[in-house]
Amino acid sequence: MKVVVDMTLCQDHGQCAIAAPEVFRMDEDSKLVFDAEPDGSLSDAVQDAIDVCPVQAIFLER
Amino acid sequence: MPPTVVVVGASLGGLRAAEQLRAQGFGGRLLVVGAEPWMPYNRPPLSKEALGRGAGDGTAADLAAALAFRPRAAAHDVGWVLGRTAVGADLAARTVTLDDGTVLGYDALVVATGLRPRRLPVERPAGGRFTLRTADDAAALRREVRPGARAVVVGGGFVGCETAGTLAALGCRVTVVEPLPVPMLRGVGPELGTALLTHHREAGLRLETGIGVSDLVGRDDRVTGVRLDDGSVLPADLVVESVGSYPNVEWLAGNGLDLSDGLLCDNDLRVEGRRDVVAVGDVARFPNPRFDEVPRRVEHWCVPGDTARRAAATVVAHLAGAATSPEPFAPLPAFWSDQLGLRLQSFGAPRLADGADVVEGDLTDLRAGVAVVHRRAGRVVGTVLVNVPAARHAGYRSLVADAAHPVGHRV
Ligand SMILES: Cc1cc2nc3c(=O)[nH]c(=O)nc-3n(C[C@H](O)[C@H](O)[C@H](O)COP(=O)(O)OP(=O)(O)OC[C@H]3O[C@@H](n4cnc5c(N)ncnc54)[C@H](O)[C@@H]3O)c2cc1C
Ligand code: SF4
Repeated sequence: MKVVVDMTLCQDHGQCAIAAPEVFRMDEDSKLVFDAEPDGSLSDAVQDAIDVCPVQAIFLER
Repeated sequence: MPPTVVVVGASLGGLRAAEQLRAQGFGGRLLVVGAEPWMPYNRPPLSKEALGRGAGDGTAADLAAALAFRPRAAAHDVGWVLGRTAVGADLAARTVTLDDGTVLGYDALVVATGLRPRRLPVERPAGGRFTLRTADDAAALRREVRPGARAVVVGGGFVGCETAGTLAALGCRVTVVEPLPVPMLRGVGPELGTALLTHHREAGLRLETGIGVSDLVGRDDRVTGVRLDDGSVLPADLVVESVGSYPNVEWLAGNGLDLSDGLLCDNDLRVEGRRDVVAVGDVARFPNPRFDEVPRRVEHWCVPGDTARRAAATVVAHLAGAATSPEPFAPLPAFWSDQLGLRLQSFGAPRLADGADVVEGDLTDLRAGVAVVHRRAGRVVGTVLVNVPAARHAGYRSLVADAAHPVGHRV
């Protein structure tokens, strides 16, 4: 599973970090950092993060 | 014959319902009927960056395409019936009738018809007046926006204030008229509302609060001004009416349902008295045991997703002849708003509060970051954060989540 975030869209809402904290995190400057190749067992959590991103910036490449 | 589920309403709620039905194993026929001709698209940018792209001849189709959601792969075989409106339903016969006369039979029905804007109760002048709910609305407004234009936004709620801020950034001279003493009063409470009023005025917006609109004035059926309750007239080249909304439920009339404020549902999103009809999104009025037993509609972007998950589970259980989950459905509402350089983020239900405390920052300097915690009878029910870095949102969210336990599920 490969996670891609379109950083030109991302507005640092941080909703993904609430939905899937194992994969997405807001750093000290409240910028998004994420694991681009999370374990397959986290695919539901990643899908939740994709759903809750208000600007639909998160993509999945299989 | 495999069972059929019909979803009426093809926006966020309808899309998420279809996706969740597939994700939860529904393998039958799945139809989504939508009055708008476009695939589901994201509405919040319509008052923010999508409007802010400015004057232009971008069509509604361009806007809807640019803001379209990417449906999950599992929803690839959904039948989209777009540009068609449901005009009637017979819940006893289990049919929905569309505006072209088509009658769709269903085994389960998902109502996701959302809201439409309320208008000022003034018919004429008709020209130069706008609302903001759809891509069509936003495209029409964008065509009229010119630097220097005098814009009056009637209604100082979240969408009204966002629209006002965006129009001001596009060079319009903007006045907001709000009958309550401060903007966004219900959503943020009086203390923060007062601070936002001051902030927005300092940012160059004119806000007339504590006064209503009595009439519109115009020439050749085009608006030229807005008359206030005290008789004064604000000159206007364009008027945006942001005065609340009506749930789209008329098509369900005649079935003995309570349609007084959206569609009354139980905690499984099941429409009162019907085992095979559920509602999702802005139109659903459901109790949230996190707060109390009172059914309420919640006009937040997160609600279609949360309710669709539970409603889909209810439908799948019904079709299998199984019981629904005993776990109470108690979503934690979340809402954000971007206006005049501020990002507001709320968790929980601040509007239920009877008191609020500033726990971080200073109301006289919203830009630097302020956190307000809202309580009802001493218990935390919500929080509103202004320009608080997103890294700390999760902490505030937990504060609300931990305090407002589902009724009967206290730890
Ligand atoms: C301008 C704007 C800005 C917003 N900003 C924010 C924000 O910043 N943060 C936030 O949390 N929320 C925001 N929201 C709210 C959020 O967009 C809504 O909560 C969300 O769109 C609700 O989705 P829904 O699917 O329930 O309803 P809707 O989006 O209203 O969709 C209902 C759909 O059903 C269709 N329909 C209605 N009647 C029929 C019928 N009889 N037959 C067939 N189809 C029908 C309609 O055409 C519509 O497409 C904003 C909303 C607007 C309009
Ligand atoms: S939710 Fe979306 S916008 Fe917010 S940080 Fe995550 S990717 Fe960025």
